[in-house]
Amino acid sequence: MKRMGGWLWHASLANLFFLYGPIAVLILFSFNASRLSATWQGWSWQWYRALWANQSLLDAAANSLWVAAVSTVLALLFGVGLALGLEGLPWKRQRQIEQALLLPLVIPEVMMGVSLLLFFVLIQVPLSLTTVLLGHAVFNVPVVMIIVRARLRKLDPRLLEAAADLGASYWESLRHVTIPLLRPSIVGAGLMAFTISLDDFIVTFFTAGPGATTLPLRVYSMIKSGMSPEINALSALFVMVSMGLIGLSLLLQRR
Amino acid sequence: MKCTGPSGWVATSGRGASWWLLSPGLFWVGLFFFVPLCLVSAISFAERGLYGGIVWSFSLTNYSDLWHPLYARILGQSVLLAAVTALLCLVMGFPLAYYIARAAPNRQGIWLLLVMIPFWTNFLVRTYAWMFILRTEGLLNTLMLKAGLITAPIELLYSNTAVVIGLVYGYLPFMVLPLYVALERVDRTLVEAAWDLYATRWAVLWRIIVPLARPGIMAGCLLVFIPSLGAFLTPDLLGGARSMMVGNLIQHEFLIARDWPLGAAISCVLMVFVLSMMGWSLRVTRPLSREEPES
Repeated sequence: MKRMGGWLWHASLANLFFLYGPIAVLILFSFNASRLSATWQGWSWQWYRALWANQSLLDAAANSLWVAAVSTVLALLFGVGLALGLEGLPWKRQRQIEQALLLPLVIPEVMMGVSLLLFFVLIQVPLSLTTVLLGHAVFNVPVVMIIVRARLRKLDPRLLEAAADLGASYWESLRHVTIPLLRPSIVGAGLMAFTISLDDFIVTFFTAGPGATTLPLRVYSMIKSGMSPEINALSALFVMVSMGLIGLSLLLQRR
Repeated sequence: MKCTGPSGWVATSGRGASWWLLSPGLFWVGLFFFVPLCLVSAISFAERGLYGGIVWSFSLTNYSDLWHPLYARILGQSVLLAAVTALLCLVMGFPLAYYIARAAPNRQGIWLLLVMIPFWTNFLVRTYAWMFILRTEGLLNTLMLKAGLITAPIELLYSNTAVVIGLVYGYLPFMVLPLYVALERVDRTLVEAAWDLYATRWAVLWRIIVPLARPGIMAGCLLVFIPSLGAFLTPDLLGGARSMMVGNLIQHEFLIARDWPLGAAISCVLMVFVLSMMGWSLRVTRPLSREEPES
């Protein structure tokens, strides 16, 4: 209200400062010339150059991209199918299935990591990059489902009725009407899933085999072995890539 | 037309097709999510082998072991830290959510986006940012030393305080969004009426706004509490030796102590706790949301 306006405005700004300050500081100090990273010694690109020269980081980045790409494709196949299929069920059944499918997003991620680890060990599948991407394809399924379903709900039912009047079968109207209309949200969901996979640490941590190092795993071990400006530089890159991808995804979902 | 919505339309022509579309996804999530969870609960009743394997049996020793003070302390501390986190998020997020809910409609979207963007950046990176700020040679100590506020660096990192800061930082957006949704629905005329009747600021807040926003407050607290309770990275990176939380304990039992049945039992306790809280909140908030269309 107006009577509290000034105070609320300042509290809101303080919140934003709290949310963005640490990220801003991290990015700023990735350009710091000093190795003693908390005192400012002038601008430098050297830590970014150091990243580029680090072969193990580049390998980890390649692993991350591979895992994210394959798991996104899998999550899209399953998630879009679920979103479309749910629409045809009675309302009550829809809710039940949806709630069960949201569980992977709700339970603590550590539990998901641990249970997948146990599962793979018990069925004697050696841990590798493949087990990582299988895990990622699980938590990304509900993400895709939610986004595509939100869009599906907003579609004009008359378009489907028109297709039916013109003699289209269920599958034909799906292919020629529903899927084309959903395309922006499918791409948006894919970008979201891709980013989440790229960023994931916990499930990866539990399901990665020896040598299957992704970028977040690499960052983690760098942090554990001591602070360095290279981590700041890598983090800054991470922030920018995530924000870019998510921004793009949100734009597509809005269309 | 017999049918009104898209679901009605699909229902008449493609119920069989729906199951074709659903089954791959259901199979996938079933195989890689529900089967592993069942395995975890099965193993929680097994016993640890001599060299860390699993000896299948049925015993409740893993669950009775959890009452050991060492484990009980970690469980209790996790609940405490998660509760403090939820409370701090509520106190910090409430003014922001209220401000957004009262902002001009075309501004609200931008504010919400600003709240969400940090959430979409890598959690590991965000936690690292706080290590960079809080550690002994970190930014905060350096700045305070230069300003003459302190004469020697103080230990800020590796404490429960640092863990709570990291958790609040990580999950504040989860509080702001449901609060915003609830506050946006609060009828402005009720607030105006209270002002007209010379209610004080606090009376307006406590007797009008907070009761009306209760579903949002509860949803926000739950959305912050649950991931905080199961947090692994934040206590791992920001916490000290004594700030272990359930997530770290589970990881420790599985990867370091290699006592899988015990780790599984802890996981099951966590899962039952989380699910019952969710079920409870659904039951508490559903009557409220059902009333809404009438009011």
